Amino acid sequence: MEFAELIKTPRVDGVVLHRPFLPTVEGTLCLTGHHLILSSRQDNTEELWLLHANIDAIEKRFIGSLGTIIVKCKDLRIIQLDIPGMEECLNIANSIEALSTLDSVSLMYPFFYRPMFEVIEDGWNLFLPEEAFKELESMTDEWRLSEVNKDFSICPSYPALVTVPKDIDDDSLCKAATFRHGGRFPVLSYYHKKNGMVIMRASQPLTGTSGRRCKEDEKLINATLRAGKRGYIIDTRTIAVAQQAKARGGGFEQEANYPQWRRIHKAIERTNILQESLIKIVEACNDHSNSMDRWLSKLEASNWQSQVKEILTTACLAAQCIDREGASVLVHGTEGTDSTLQVTSLAQIILEPACRTVRGFQALVEREWLQAGHPFQQRCAQSAYSNEKLRSEAPVFLLFLDCVWQILRQFPCSFQFNEHFLVMLFEHTYASQFGTFLGTTAAERVKLKLSQKTVSLWSWVNRPQELERFLNPLYEPNSLVIWPSVAPQSLLLWEGVFLRWNRSTKCLDEAYEEMVHIIEYNKELQLKVWVRSSAAGQRRFMGPCISHMHILSL
Amino acid sequence: MEHIRTPKVEQVKLLDRFNNKTTTGTLYLTATHLIFVESNVPGAHEIWILHHHIASVEKLSLTTSGCPLLIQCRNFRVVHFVVPRERDCHDVYSSLLRLLRPVSYDELYAFSYNPKQNEQQREVGWQLIDLTAEFERLGLPCDQWQLSDVNRDYKVCETYPRDLYVPITASKPIIVGSSKFRSKGRFPVLTYFYQEKKAAVCRCSQPLSGFSARCLEDEHMLQAISKANHNSRFVYVMDTRPKLNALANRAAGKGYENEDNYSNIRFQFVGIENIHVMRASLQKLLEVVGTRSLSVNDYLLGLESSGWLRHIKAIVDAAIFLTKAVTVEGASVLVHCSDGWDRTAQVCALGALLMDPYYRTLKGFMVLIEKEWISFGHKFADRCDQLDGDPREVSPVFTQFLDCVWQLMEQFPQAFEFSEWFLIQLHEHVHSCQFGNFLGNSQRQREELQLKDRTYSLWAHLLSEQHNYLNPVYSPSFAERHPVLEPSTQPWNFKFWRNMYHQFDRTMHPRQSILKHTLTLKESNSKLEDTAHTLQAKLQTLGVSTSPLELHSWSREHRLPPRPQSLILGAPLSRKEAQQEEEVLGEEALEDAPDGNGGERTVEGSSATENGYGELQSSFSSKNEPAMVSLEFGVARMTC
Repeated sequence: MEFAELIKTPRVDGVVLHRPFLPTVEGTLCLTGHHLILSSRQDNTEELWLLHANIDAIEKRFIGSLGTIIVKCKDLRIIQLDIPGMEECLNIANSIEALSTLDSVSLMYPFFYRPMFEVIEDGWNLFLPEEAFKELESMTDEWRLSEVNKDFSICPSYPALVTVPKDIDDDSLCKAATFRHGGRFPVLSYYHKKNGMVIMRASQPLTGTSGRRCKEDEKLINATLRAGKRGYIIDTRTIAVAQQAKARGGGFEQEANYPQWRRIHKAIERTNILQESLIKIVEACNDHSNSMDRWLSKLEASNWQSQVKEILTTACLAAQCIDREGASVLVHGTEGTDSTLQVTSLAQIILEPACRTVRGFQALVEREWLQAGHPFQQRCAQSAYSNEKLRSEAPVFLLFLDCVWQILRQFPCSFQFNEHFLVMLFEHTYASQFGTFLGTTAAERVKLKLSQKTVSLWSWVNRPQELERFLNPLYEPNSLVIWPSVAPQSLLLWEGVFLRWNRSTKCLDEAYEEMVHIIEYNKELQLKVWVRSSAAGQRRFMGPCISHMHILSL
Repeated sequence: MEHIRTPKVEQVKLLDRFNNKTTTGTLYLTATHLIFVESNVPGAHEIWILHHHIASVEKLSLTTSGCPLLIQCRNFRVVHFVVPRERDCHDVYSSLLRLLRPVSYDELYAFSYNPKQNEQQREVGWQLIDLTAEFERLGLPCDQWQLSDVNRDYKVCETYPRDLYVPITASKPIIVGSSKFRSKGRFPVLTYFYQEKKAAVCRCSQPLSGFSARCLEDEHMLQAISKANHNSRFVYVMDTRPKLNALANRAAGKGYENEDNYSNIRFQFVGIENIHVMRASLQKLLEVVGTRSLSVNDYLLGLESSGWLRHIKAIVDAAIFLTKAVTVEGASVLVHCSDGWDRTAQVCALGALLMDPYYRTLKGFMVLIEKEWISFGHKFADRCDQLDGDPREVSPVFTQFLDCVWQLMEQFPQAFEFSEWFLIQLHEHVHSCQFGNFLGNSQRQREELQLKDRTYSLWAHLLSEQHNYLNPVYSPSFAERHPVLEPSTQPWNFKFWRNMYHQFDRTMHPRQSILKHTLTLKESNSKLEDTAHTLQAKLQTLGVSTSPLELHSWSREHRLPPRPQSLILGAPLSRKEAQQEEEVLGEEALEDAPDGNGGERTVEGSSATENGYGELQSSFSSKNEPAMVSLEFGVARMTC
């Protein structure tokens, strides 16, 4: 077992754990291949189990022979361990550093994790493209499921099955793929059943400086338009950035070649800028200097809220084209694996009520992020504290979750899930016992045999006893399109993530409990009244929630 | 009315200040209100603006569509009309100019407002809040503190109330001597008594110390306050001003207490800025948040440079200092600023709110305002610009206090019996001059105006519709567990109060309101409880009954009086309202809305056109390729 070589001191007694807003715990620290465990060995105290994969950075300090390790986690928590003995402390620190930066995917915890629960519904089989297509087929016959990418050779970042216009054959797809960055030819992302308009996504076209064109690509895109209809191409980059991309062989659709399409440029930032933004906002939130001006200027300088606004605005724009203009939309940026997915997935949350349910949201994450080839493992390799040189880390998915949270705040009764659900997803993208977010593409996930060797996050989340925590008690299905406000005054700092470890939420949590109580009590009373009045031959009181409740007793 | 030149103007356009939405309607000018009624719409949208709420009217330069009229209100409503004919616009403009600047109290709305109550109801309304009872509740008078009649006729201090509580050892000559050494005669008196530690919160104005002046009576007075508390050997003196301001005042013969002259005091500056800084700060804040297409960074920078949240935090910090001194150290505290009616009122009131759960109840909060603000002479008339007065006297001091309370509510959602809507209503009526409570600058002036005989009390009005203002998650047991609130003062806890400063900007608010939803459910719960009991009783009497029962205690018709439409509470309350809302919005999809079936439905999609996500100015016909296509949503129609 090679982990053992990395663990010089597996166990230290008399370690003191400091966490903000919680009492200190003294106990025994144990290191295993995947966890840092601290236990006071008393029955009633909780143990700390920290995945090494969750550790973003550590700092060591020594005062005499007492060593201190500050552990900074990817979920933004910071804890402090006081370890008696300099040697033990150094050993522990070195081991943590080594174990938290293992490069090989196959050494990750999900490959070792054995669920303590019975998997009733296997999350790996829940959201298959075939199933999604069946639903589409019931609404329209304009699309087909293509196996052109079944061995991932046309586009390594696409799934084996993609939905494309019926009239376009696989040969054309292959040709169109050569014209798109990374082979990401335009595919169907969303079908708006109200008016048949669609969101397509792709990567940038490889026009280069010479203005190359591709008839198959043009035909493919036009095939998504109904007769006499027009569409919008939303390029998530500014025109300047898109122009620059030409020099590197990329580019954008020349309107002369795509006369039925109007191009709109937006300004969603690229990955390294987003990562800097994350680092800065986390730094601002951890600054306890207590000055109002300093806080506001740091918040401003982080640009985080600006990113949220820009992404949300672009998604709203896409949704507006579909629902209001009755026009189809093609979204792309450069690679089509980051900002593109933020826009297409958020637009669906705005447009499609099903995406606001727990299952629907899971399906959305599967379809628009995992199967669509968002490189989770690269993007989430490091978080806000890491001192390592940045490679391709970026909080692209976290920004998406932040945007969802903003919409949830504005439509608190329209989502079946609550904030905890979003925070949980954020945690699991950075460190998890489940295999769902491992790997960078569908092809890699197949190669890693994730579905056989690891447990799906959804298998765990969808168990009734887990799901309960993630349900929104205020939920009432809302079949409407929901248009969020994107004014700066309407966008809030996501405290549940960024201030999570810097404040006590006891009072807020208790208030939330009280609200839940009022809602539950209301259901209970409605039931009681209904039962009693029906017993009295009076069946007028059909409360809205009666239908799906069991009648208990008088 | 002689000031109204044109009572009605048709075909007036109302422009939304944050997007390009316009509505056409008719403008009416009455003796008390400016009313805009949307035309040609069933269930038309109406806007009623009380003249007293109008802070400024501006006539902008003529455009092709007419003459624009910009009206800014003290309740943060901003309306932008376009009147087709310049002549009409000028008439409305000049009428408003006269109407919004009443010159005498008699012109205020309160003197003509008649809520159809009889004399007895009016009298009862004025008796609802009783400060004598409040001091009794605090355990006063007691062995150390007595009620003094020195100000019975407002002779010693005309801006103080008649009834004042002072230490038993403070004799009349000491009081009178001390008052002569204090700005505007506002000598130290008790305003709150923390019974558990026998510690008093006292308030006064700055001493007239100049560079070296002393006053033995004043020194005695502070000594007496100190001696009245056996728990502490000293008394804190909190000067709520920045030190620099206090120093500058010395040149004018005023200043602050010299620790060498007063035995056993601990002197402390707190650093809350003066009314002029606060006025400018709010102005800047409103300018920033009123900007169209505001970027996040300009918003945050503007928030910072306005200093508004910094000022709010300074007041909360001061109140926390006061609270700790009293509740932890058990020391008495004397609070003052310059005249002792602005910052002193803010800090004393907020401190009391932190210390005493009673003030966090609906009625207790009224008592607190009645005591710290109304009776101790916060100059509401001047600060809220009730009469045409000196603009330099206007300042959002009370607004800041409400803002501070809201910040506390955010941290302690279960601590307050009332919701933010109550605060917003209070703010509304401090400026509305519809009720007598806040008229004038002092108790003496209010008595001279015979307000209790000629106007109605706001407290009675608010209590009569208190179900609207209740906080559904309020927990009395929270107060037992947290008698003293200890708020965090980390800067991120201080937030921009959108629901106050944008209360009329509907596009900014959440489309579904948790507060309203929960409040409705809670109300429905008590109705359901009654119904369940009634049914139970009937079932018992009937045995296994077959005859239909009369049920009347729970149905939609028997709900409480309808909740007024509020943008703050956001979402519509009922299915019917929801539909109205939809109609107002015009084009929202409703075809597959869930079957209402009498159930609550608080769902609404807002309109995409209102939010301005981007500029779609489509023109497929244009031949040259634009660098960036901008489209105006809702306007864009694709041709060719």
